[in-house]
Amino acid sequence: MPIAKVNGVEVEFEPGMTVLQVAELAGEEIPRFCYHERLSIAGNCRMCLVEVKPGPPKPQASCALPAAENQEIFTNTPMVKKAREGVMEFLLINHPLDCPICDQGGECDLQDQAMGYGRDDSRYDENKRAVEEKEMGPVIKTVMTRCIQCTRCVRFITEVAGVPDIGLISRGEDVEITTYLGKAVASELSGNVNDLCPVGALTHKPWTFQYRPWELKKTQSIDVMDAMGAAIRVDSRGAQVLRALPRVNEDINEEWLSDKSRYAVDGLSRQRLDRPYVRVNGKLAPATWGEAFAAVASRIKATTPDRVGVIAGDLQDAESMKAALDLFGSLGVTNLDCRQDGVALGAGPRESWLFNSTFAGIENADVVLLVGTNPRLEAPVFNTRLRKQWIAGKTRIGVIGDNADLTYDYDYLGAGGQTLAGLAKSKSDFVQALKSAERPAIIVGQGALTGPGGAAVLKTLAGLAKTFGVVRDGWNGWNVLHTAAARVGGLDLGFIPAEGGKTALEMVKPGALDVLVLLGADEIEASASGAFTVYLGSHGDRGAHGADVILPGAAYTEKTGLYVNTEGRVQMAERVVFPKGQAKEDWAVLRALSAMVGHTLPYDTLDALRSKLMADHPTFGRIDYLSAPASFDVGSLGKKGDLGDTAFVSSVRDPYLNNPITRASATMAELSALRIAPVAMAAE
Amino acid sequence: MMNRLVQAAKGALLIDVVGAIGLSLKYMARPKATVNYPFERNPQSPRFRGEHALRRYANGEERCIACKLCEAICPAQAITIEAEPRADGSRRTTRYDIDMVKCIYCGLCAEACPVDAIVEGPNSEFTVETREELLYDKDRLLANGDRWERLIAKNLELDAPYR
Repeated sequence: MPIAKVNGVEVEFEPGMTVLQVAELAGEEIPRFCYHERLSIAGNCRMCLVEVKPGPPKPQASCALPAAENQEIFTNTPMVKKAREGVMEFLLINHPLDCPICDQGGECDLQDQAMGYGRDDSRYDENKRAVEEKEMGPVIKTVMTRCIQCTRCVRFITEVAGVPDIGLISRGEDVEITTYLGKAVASELSGNVNDLCPVGALTHKPWTFQYRPWELKKTQSIDVMDAMGAAIRVDSRGAQVLRALPRVNEDINEEWLSDKSRYAVDGLSRQRLDRPYVRVNGKLAPATWGEAFAAVASRIKATTPDRVGVIAGDLQDAESMKAALDLFGSLGVTNLDCRQDGVALGAGPRESWLFNSTFAGIENADVVLLVGTNPRLEAPVFNTRLRKQWIAGKTRIGVIGDNADLTYDYDYLGAGGQTLAGLAKSKSDFVQALKSAERPAIIVGQGALTGPGGAAVLKTLAGLAKTFGVVRDGWNGWNVLHTAAARVGGLDLGFIPAEGGKTALEMVKPGALDVLVLLGADEIEASASGAFTVYLGSHGDRGAHGADVILPGAAYTEKTGLYVNTEGRVQMAERVVFPKGQAKEDWAVLRALSAMVGHTLPYDTLDALRSKLMADHPTFGRIDYLSAPASFDVGSLGKKGDLGDTAFVSSVRDPYLNNPITRASATMAELSALRIAPVAMAAE
Repeated sequence: MMNRLVQAAKGALLIDVVGAIGLSLKYMARPKATVNYPFERNPQSPRFRGEHALRRYANGEERCIACKLCEAICPAQAITIEAEPRADGSRRTTRYDIDMVKCIYCGLCAEACPVDAIVEGPNSEFTVETREELLYDKDRLLANGDRWERLIAKNLELDAPYR
């Protein structure tokens, strides 16, 4: 490897690295505004100037200069110091000094770097320029006078998000960042530009003026708004969760986060269940925990196990599902299900319901077939990986299902079952590519596997996977893209109907059951079942409306819980704040209930519960770990049946309103009205 | 022996008593050091750090912009602020509490304030009967500001050359 000298210290570097990267290797900090590791290089802020020998006798922008063998790089000479002070003085010429009312204050790159590298005063006496505010939608607040034209937002929106809605117009003093026609940025990842903005020009609109970064308690956690399990940091003050920001996890979300995961946190303080309720004379009345438990226990004891059913929701942690499984299993209940949408997964080996290629591994796939999924709605951050591969020209993508704008070009094969049935014999270009691919991948969404033909679709797809060699030595391209954070955990636990048990969809049919327990299950219409309904969950949503007893539980920020993402990666979410009011963590509620029904669960602490969980289900034993891609008999999945000719539609029609937390969030309602409703209206 | 004689002589002639009476008479003739509080006051420095107040601009607009620098610098953590955008979009506090029991009257809040909104005014007479009355909220602080504005403004002006 070539060697360069940074301030006299020799550093080995990879060919192709820039001077800035080499200096960082040597441990030298280079100030920068426009440069960002995951975006293209623009070189327009000039803050990263360094002195380089051999070279012209002037400072050079290190972010755009390739490092060379035997180069001498200086970051601490008087020339560099003077250059940085000069650049900073120019940047501050038109930057208003309104830090006290700026939401970026305290976490502002310009503030920090002006302290570190700037002069103590300005020699500029003229009027500063002012720039009109731009309308960028419900999540981006603009104060364009603060903009220093680094163009990070433009590059992110065009390159990563793939929605060229933000741009830079005019030149010189008139230069402006704008959305051209003043329309809202139509990207589901638009919140990331607020993170990227090094100054306070773009800030988070939903959180405007609500906090200062220094007064927040920061807790590392895991996102549950989709099944990706993105790494997040949740910031809270007192008992209130104020914001969620992405953390870097190269294997999952890199450093991006979807608008939904980020801005749904205001739903955590609205519509909350903070005390138990029992229905008396047709009306829900506040009750004590004792009364609520007594009401539930007496009904369960008086009912035969085959008339009791349990449905687990999409945001449940593995611990509470395990506690429910143990409790109702000991009662002899066989009607257990975590699949509110009735997806045809759960039988067969674990690999059959995982995203086996892994998110990072999908970058090695050369041909990808998307079936019944719209990753842009279901897992927006994952969609950026597919787009990244498509831009690099490494991956060819085909779609069966929605013919939607995915931000990249794809071969549209057809809408549904008929296309799938004819795929093996198809002579189309894409199918030929899939056949001859070295590492083909099939990504199947919940949209294809739900409904009456779900099992048959699975069978056909599995057959195709076998024919095309999707699962082969050292490569497993069988990928299920889930949409619910709890789903893989539930399937791993075996939270599915035992022999003779009813599925979730059968349980809610009128007269099917006498007692129905909903563990945060809000996506299923249970009111028609006529059963005595017990709802354990965090929000007063659909499940709670029809319930006869409401047991208040904890939302994902209020308990430490294990979640398994769609790759099969077990991750732990930390408690940020305590449950609201009298609410308790879900597993503790089930533990208390178990004593009332006479089948006391054998654990008193969360640690004891986890020990049992890990002993019974070894896959939960390792946090944030994925085993190497395992081979399995993909051909054996599913059941023969009629594929039907229904079109596959993504199971997520409106990602902004598909769980109780988002439905309680004002920001999500706004986003839904802006981004989803017009599209749905146009389609009708 | 000699000492005893001198002491006896002093005692007999009441010399110490006369000296003490003389001292008293001397101070009687001088101007008084005490004042007839509360009808009279001692002079007060413009830098006096008394009861807090939130000031307004001349047009009645409150000065505080909810930057939370006072909250951050307060060594006693006596200040609690919550903020959100006001209807006109400006940055304003919805809550500005000072726990006057915690406060140590160091004046750092007033020094940190970029808009001279929170100040320690000249008032030192705010004794109350219960502890709760010393937990000031925004209304109380703004009322203080309205009441003391003339003196506060004058004090700030007097101190300005030394800032």
